[in-house]
Amino acid sequence: MSETAESDAAGDAESPSVAGLGGGSPDMAEYPLQVEDLRKQFGGITAVDGVSFEIEAGTMTGLIGPNGAGKSTTFNCITGMYDPDGGTVTFNGEDVTGMDPHDIAQRGLVRTFQIARELSDMTVLENMMLAPKGQRGERLWQSVLPGTRDRVIEQETELVEQVWDALEFFDIDHLASERAGNLSGGQRKLLELARAMLTDPDMLLLDEPFAGVNPTLEARLLEHVHELRKQGYTFLIVEHDMDLIMNNCERVIVMHQGKLLTDGTPEEVRSDEEVIEAYLGGQA
Amino acid sequence: MGVRDTVNRGRIVAIERPDVFLVWVLGAALVVDLLWGLATGGIAFSTLASNVWDGIMRGLVIGLAGIGLSMTYSILNFANFAHGDYITAGAFAGWSVTYLITGFGEYDLGALVLVGPKSNVTGTIIGIGVVSTPLAVLAGLLVAGAATIALALLVDRYVYRPLRDEGGITLLITSIGVAFALRYLIAFVFDSSTRTTAGTTGNPAVRLNFVDGTVRVSSHDVTLVVVSVGLMLGVHYLLQRTKLGKAMRAMADNEDLARVTGIPTERVVRSTWIIGGGLTGFAGFMLVLWKETIRFNDGWLLLLLIFAAVIMGGIGSIYGAIAGGLIIGIVASTSVIWVPSGLTEATAFLVMILVLLFRPEGIFSGRSTA
Amino acid sequence: MSGEPSVTDKFETTPDWQIVAVVMGIIYLAYIVSGFLIGFPLRGQINAIGNLTFYVAVFAMLSLALNLHWGYTGLFNIGVVAFMAIGVYTMAVLVKQPLSQDPTAQIGGLGLPIPVGMAAGVVVATVFGLIVSLPALRLRADYLAIVTIAFSEIMRFTFLETSIKTFTLFGTETGLGGGSGLVFNVPAPIDWLTSALYVRGPYLDFVGWFGTTLGIGNPKAVVDNLVYSIILVLVVVAFYWLLQRIGRSPFGRVLKAIREDEDVARALGKDTDWFKMQSFMVGCGLMGLVGVLWMYDQGAINPNNFRPRLTFYAWIALIIGGAGSNTGSVLGGAIFAALLFQGPVYAKNLVTTAVGSGSAPQTFAGAVAPLGNLDPGPFAYYVLGNINQLQIVFMGVVLIWLMHNRPEGLLGHRSEEAAAVDLTDRPVVSDGGEVDE
Ligand SMILES: Nc1ncnc2c1ncn2[C@@H]1O[C@H](COP(=O)(O)OP(=O)(O)OP(=O)(O)O)[C@@H](O)[C@H]1O
Ligand SMILES: [Mg+2]
Repeated sequence: MSETAESDAAGDAESPSVAGLGGGSPDMAEYPLQVEDLRKQFGGITAVDGVSFEIEAGTMTGLIGPNGAGKSTTFNCITGMYDPDGGTVTFNGEDVTGMDPHDIAQRGLVRTFQIARELSDMTVLENMMLAPKGQRGERLWQSVLPGTRDRVIEQETELVEQVWDALEFFDIDHLASERAGNLSGGQRKLLELARAMLTDPDMLLLDEPFAGVNPTLEARLLEHVHELRKQGYTFLIVEHDMDLIMNNCERVIVMHQGKLLTDGTPEEVRSDEEVIEAYLGGQA
Repeated sequence: MGVRDTVNRGRIVAIERPDVFLVWVLGAALVVDLLWGLATGGIAFSTLASNVWDGIMRGLVIGLAGIGLSMTYSILNFANFAHGDYITAGAFAGWSVTYLITGFGEYDLGALVLVGPKSNVTGTIIGIGVVSTPLAVLAGLLVAGAATIALALLVDRYVYRPLRDEGGITLLITSIGVAFALRYLIAFVFDSSTRTTAGTTGNPAVRLNFVDGTVRVSSHDVTLVVVSVGLMLGVHYLLQRTKLGKAMRAMADNEDLARVTGIPTERVVRSTWIIGGGLTGFAGFMLVLWKETIRFNDGWLLLLLIFAAVIMGGIGSIYGAIAGGLIIGIVASTSVIWVPSGLTEATAFLVMILVLLFRPEGIFSGRSTA
Repeated sequence: MSGEPSVTDKFETTPDWQIVAVVMGIIYLAYIVSGFLIGFPLRGQINAIGNLTFYVAVFAMLSLALNLHWGYTGLFNIGVVAFMAIGVYTMAVLVKQPLSQDPTAQIGGLGLPIPVGMAAGVVVATVFGLIVSLPALRLRADYLAIVTIAFSEIMRFTFLETSIKTFTLFGTETGLGGGSGLVFNVPAPIDWLTSALYVRGPYLDFVGWFGTTLGIGNPKAVVDNLVYSIILVLVVVAFYWLLQRIGRSPFGRVLKAIREDEDVARALGKDTDWFKMQSFMVGCGLMGLVGVLWMYDQGAINPNNFRPRLTFYAWIALIIGGAGSNTGSVLGGAIFAALLFQGPVYAKNLVTTAVGSGSAPQTFAGAVAPLGNLDPGPFAYYVLGNINQLQIVFMGVVLIWLMHNRPEGLLGHRSEEAAAVDLTDRPVVSDGGEVDE
């Protein structure tokens, strides 16, 4: 049903995108994210087993693999949620391996969670207001002292505007004052994506961002993602919807049992025997 | 990249290691100091042995009471702050009976039942002791266990069970309410004074020669060892050999899974309170028998040490609780070599905090236990 | 039955401040009326109101400080009392007269000015907050609970310790006083304050005028008490102001996010450890200040003032009011102080005035035995005589009841929006192009 929107989006993807030209993104390396020989074990399970890849700036890459392949764990290791047992993660030329998640996020590498982690007792607006970086009022004294408080309020007023725009962009502005916990699964996904966008990242790691989002919205979202990508943002997306990945990503990485199976264009991956065996075969 | 990697790792180690390192250095320094003291005669071997013996006694009580706490902590997933007051409740129930049996007919009934509040009906005067009145002591011990089981089941039925699906913190806060209500109810009924429960007549002791002096071992010490070791072996048998034990271990590991696989969880919960409560009551009675005084906040004062033991031993592990109890007991008792005696408990708490910081999963983690 | 939901509805829609005003009104009215019933002379009445106000204020402050920890940040601190003790002990050691000036004192101090001592009390409590927070904030909530309560007992044992009853600090002999504690051998708060502000003369004139107008003999103690309580109420206002500012700011928003899901906050680039540390330190500093303001007024401190039950009181107050709401915290503090803390004592006075104090039996047995002869008198007197213990039993039961029936407290379910501006007020959209649904 969302066929048209998707092909539109895919059409956009063909147009040459120049990194660094886009809105909020600063100069970036050609390969903002480089992962080398990443390893992570849980007790006896090797969840990620020597994974290496590079993501080109301004592209949208799909990361696929059967359940339990280690995709989320890879995300967790890249973003500092887990300390990898081995390997390195380089972001914009800087080794960020083992850094705290907030340090990595501050550098512009931001992730969303597979199971939406909305802050359920906070409103959608509060959720969104949390995200922007460099908020003056996050310094305790600035929020409290009378002189500086005015400037905090000034900045908040600006942020509110941004937040409303973003809510509109993601089509959840009618939910603005709702407790995030009351949102539907799909709405939470949107909220999470919108929130991540508001941090003004260079690169986004999205863990199944479209799961539970209705097709119309999904198409619209994809459109936005492509728009952002053209502005210079880089995306790495985990997704189980094979068509979606194949139609929207320039490149696809396939993981299986913690290992990297293939890495290539959708066409290459589609015809790869091993992938069919491990992934498509497994699904049938 | 390799160099950067090394530097980065080095930085992490530098941040995370020094405190651990410091703790080890401190521990090593204490051991060296102890050995030096022993070698130069600054610390008598017999003093050390007495301290260790005292610590073992304390540790057995802590371990015994710790088994119950550890079981409920892992199976019901919350830290029961009322556990200490179960100990006190058991102690008062048991000693009430011991007093009654020993002094019946000779002394005021009310004074006996209330374990001699504000009166000169003390254990010394009525002559309680494991040698002089063994039956009264045994009856008291059994009643202490039974009463604590009843109390634990009652509290669970009306306080904890309705909150079964709530998080551990809700239950923890609730248990603090139970703790205060229980403690001051005991104070209200039994009075808040400290009384002596047993005297030297009923509790003969021997002084064993040890290197450069003697170590005092009393009949109550021996009773404590016999009773607690016996109970611990019993629990070991119960958990290892019976179906109930297997179900309990399964539930401690994963409640949902246990439920799915058809283990009747409410029944397991009840059994947990029965076994844990019983041991706790016994521990309360033995604590009082051993230290020969009773007061309404005895259990509370012991609670943090029990937490220390349970966490050190790894939550859910009964052997861990026993071992942790012995370690905490010995640490507290031997700490008098270095710190003022008023700070022995503080020292044990400090050790617990260190364990929580450096090995929150317990010092024996990685070993599979009951 | 049918009326019940509407009452609840009404409560749910009433503005916070109205609830607070009504509750305060009821509390004070109840105290004044029962004061008359007891037959308190005017002096006693004013004193009772002063005491009530004092406890309402200190528990509101404690509850507010704790709300920053638990309500906002989700830090399970059950070592509140330790920070109060640290604050006031620091102050005592610093401001007490040196032995050279007051040889009659058991323990000397450094003789520093009182405001310096107060500030130092807050600072040292904050520093201890930092020390505890450094390692402890990475712990899960139940472990943090155990660590903080163990810390509070460690501190109490330390204050009790005889070997540091006296020591030398900066060449001056001072100490912590061990089990017998420390006596503030400096002017009482109001005496000090009025002198410091150069209004001692006018103040004493006012006290005299107050006494003669109302016909109260020796009015100074009563007026001092009342005035000090009113000052504390002003401090509550300051606490509230501060915490509202913290709560309604980007800083407070991060705290709230940490309480909800720390990983999310970290994934969005917030250094949550640092936020938690700041929250913990500020809360501990405020607790230190409560310790200072409360105990300085009592004239002396003793380790046994700082038992864990004081922490328990603060928690009940917070839970009654509703964790997460500053207004709720104040309300909870007031209700706790009036109903659970002062209430039973007041009720006891009420009853003893009505039926006389009688001779309470020494033991529970003595109280229960006459019940067999249908004589409830001794039991009633025993209850009155041991009201302090029964009161704590009652508090425990109230806490259990709350956790069963209303864990969010009175106002905890009303979220106070964490932003410095009103978020729902949508800024005017410049282009009218956006049309949704
Ligand atoms: N915290 C953890 N502790 C233990 N094992 C884990 C943990 N996280 C992941 N695993 C294991 O690691 C493996 C990889 O899991 P991961 O969540 O990364 O897979 P995935 O590719 O994201 O799967 P899905 O498509 O289902 O989301 C699985 O076997 C999983 O059980
Ligand atoms: Mg996954």
